[in-house]
Amino acid sequence: MRLPVIIFSFMLSATLIACGNGNGNGGDASSRSASSGAAQEAGLSDFELEHGIGPITSPMTMGDFDIEMAARGQDIFESKCAACHQMENRLVGPPIEGLTERRSPEFLMNMILNPNDMARKHPEGQKMMQEYMMVMPFQNVSENEAREIVEYFRQIDKGL
Amino acid sequence: MTNLLTLKNTIIGIAVLVGSALLLTGCPSGQGNLLDRGDAAQKTYVAPGEYDEFYAFFSGGYSGQMSVWGLPSGRMFKNIPVFSQDPETGYGYYEESKPMLQTSYGFIPWDDSHHPHLSQTDGIADGRWIFINANNTPRIARLDLELFETVEILELPNTGGNHASSFVTTNTEYIVGATRFSIPYETDLDVPIDSYSENFNGAFSLIKIDENTGEMSLDFQIIVPPYNYDLARPGKGPSADWIFFTTYNTEEAHTLLEINASAYDKDYVAALNWRKAAEFVAEGRAELIDAEYYHNYYDKSQGMAVSEVKDKVLLLDPKDAPGILYFMPTPKSPHGVDVDPSGEYLVAGGKLATVIPVHSFSRMIDAIENERFVDEVDGIPVLDYDATIVGEVENPGLGPLHTEFDGNGYAYTSVYISSEIVKWSLETFEVVDRIDAYYSIGHLMIPGGDTVDPYGKYMVGLTKTAKDRYLPTGPKQNHPAQLYDISGDRMQLLLDFPTLGEPHYAQAISRDKIMPNARRIYELSENNHPHAIKRVADARVEREGDVVRVYMANIRSHFRPDNIEGVKVGDTVYFHLTNLEQEWDVVHGFAIKGMNNAEVLLAPGQTKTLKWEPKRTGIFPFYCTAFCSALHQEMQGYVRVSAADSDVELTWRTGDL
Repeated sequence: MRLPVIIFSFMLSATLIACGNGNGNGGDASSRSASSGAAQEAGLSDFELEHGIGPITSPMTMGDFDIEMAARGQDIFESKCAACHQMENRLVGPPIEGLTERRSPEFLMNMILNPNDMARKHPEGQKMMQEYMMVMPFQNVSENEAREIVEYFRQIDKGL
Repeated sequence: MTNLLTLKNTIIGIAVLVGSALLLTGCPSGQGNLLDRGDAAQKTYVAPGEYDEFYAFFSGGYSGQMSVWGLPSGRMFKNIPVFSQDPETGYGYYEESKPMLQTSYGFIPWDDSHHPHLSQTDGIADGRWIFINANNTPRIARLDLELFETVEILELPNTGGNHASSFVTTNTEYIVGATRFSIPYETDLDVPIDSYSENFNGAFSLIKIDENTGEMSLDFQIIVPPYNYDLARPGKGPSADWIFFTTYNTEEAHTLLEINASAYDKDYVAALNWRKAAEFVAEGRAELIDAEYYHNYYDKSQGMAVSEVKDKVLLLDPKDAPGILYFMPTPKSPHGVDVDPSGEYLVAGGKLATVIPVHSFSRMIDAIENERFVDEVDGIPVLDYDATIVGEVENPGLGPLHTEFDGNGYAYTSVYISSEIVKWSLETFEVVDRIDAYYSIGHLMIPGGDTVDPYGKYMVGLTKTAKDRYLPTGPKQNHPAQLYDISGDRMQLLLDFPTLGEPHYAQAISRDKIMPNARRIYELSENNHPHAIKRVADARVEREGDVVRVYMANIRSHFRPDNIEGVKVGDTVYFHLTNLEQEWDVVHGFAIKGMNNAEVLLAPGQTKTLKWEPKRTGIFPFYCTAFCSALHQEMQGYVRVSAADSDVELTWRTGDL
């Protein structure tokens, strides 16, 4: 009966790390960020400095604009994000317009999926926390859903 | 009803016992400060960030609630409201929870919860649900162990004092209820109290559990003589089709029970074949009678409790169902009846007895087959004591009550008057170890100790008085619990900690049966509450005559809307609050000045409603009661209340929005 105990302990430690990230509900997102957690302690890679810390660890291919994907993103945004973000003006958090011009899609994805680590460990996240006096909540979106939200941001910035 | 057992003069004996009780419970011994081994702290230490091995669920007793603890640390995790209003969470105050506390006597804000029992599969606790009884206005509640919330409450008709409850059969087919205080069945029957034997009856309630949803339904009741039915345990293994109940007051006294219900040498353990009884009911042998009772359940999808009123119950008379019920004479006012892991031994704790009687299930079956009956009460055969008894544990101390098992051949019995726990062998029926309890122990609990597969490592003693154990906190102190290591030959006291309310009984289960299933949020996408808002764009205020509905979103750290004008004195305002957070453990609260109700706490993704009837004009601040972020202090708003005849227009806003 020793083996199950070990497995369970491992599971617990995974849970602990995930909890430390503050987005224990993130499924894939949290376990992947957990595995790269040790590297963060020593400093951020160039990729991370530009594209953020989180489940997105390599460049994404964005492809053509997909209007259906953007519509799904808008739906999620209005339910889970719009309480704090407006299009043109600062509310609780920064405005949405122009986001895809200021930030890479990988950065936006990591920010949505791993906001607690971003606020604690990433210089851009730290700056935003000081400016807005608030850590953006993780809103239990999957990686797929985060991609849909980014597609919605693309739509806004393209004026489509 | 008559009882042919001989009446003996035992008043002197009782006086001696009561005298001993006063002496023994009244004098803290000061022992137990001296642990016989020095590793107790190590055994109970759970380092910061690490997890306990067991979840333990303690009944709240007169608090009406249930609390969740960790073992071996003795840390309390949560107090879950069940039968009583809870101003901390708003349970019983917010609109969605009010139906949960409805009964045929109206809305009841309090009860006395006694015996939690975990659902079982194959005789082992499975961690799906936990049930608990209300003793005063007889009910049984079901708590969901993914949500750690009360999700169902079923009222039991024809019952006074549902004490012998809530205990589940080995595959959670049924949960049992019973009458502690026999009463006349017919609703509102107005009869002289001294017509007790003629008009009063006991009842066993057999509550069926849906194997997938856990939903409870009162399948049928069994009419039994007007005794006091004290505790119950379903059998297991070979005895799994049976449920055993203790009785006292077979004297049928209705006044001064302290003396009058202690007259006989023996009362009974009642053995009910529930499977056979259910078959007779299915054959149509039960009678459908009038009985009003409430069935309240939480609709997970809608996020609100719903009440159903029932008006009939099936009643089975043992006279019409031969072979379902037998009485086993048992000394003397037995309290607990506990079944060992093999299902063979039925251990009764006679609280006024000088031995612990142990009945044998297989001998009971033999006695039934060979008709070794000494009497019959209302068609219920009384078995010969010598035919069912298999052993009497000598020298168990004064006032043995409850027994649990370690799965290694030993039983542990709590002994109230002499305030100790005795460990005895199921082979020799001899006491092998004893240890003091601080003070006056009621139930004890071994994780899994009532199942077919006990986890014989720890034992919790649930004691009734703290006296000098902790820093004194006035004339009334909280009840203690003690944790013992039972893995060795000798019991070892590890920890002594205060509890909440009066934890009569408790249950414990390995964390791996619960932890992976514990929910972290309520999914917004699954929130089908009719007044939920899932987009801030839907935040609004609506007026329907004198009713004002505020559809309000809560997210770190503002309310949407947060300025409301145009409410009038005489309006009924409903704040429909939705927590739009989807992050684990980010809770918002809501309170408004002058609220004659309570605050409410909202878990991530939840919608709840507070009703407010402003009685004065003025400006009423509201705010978030749960510290939610660095800007929590900024999470506030105002409602303007104008005179009933004012023409202030209904408006709402948040900032410029």
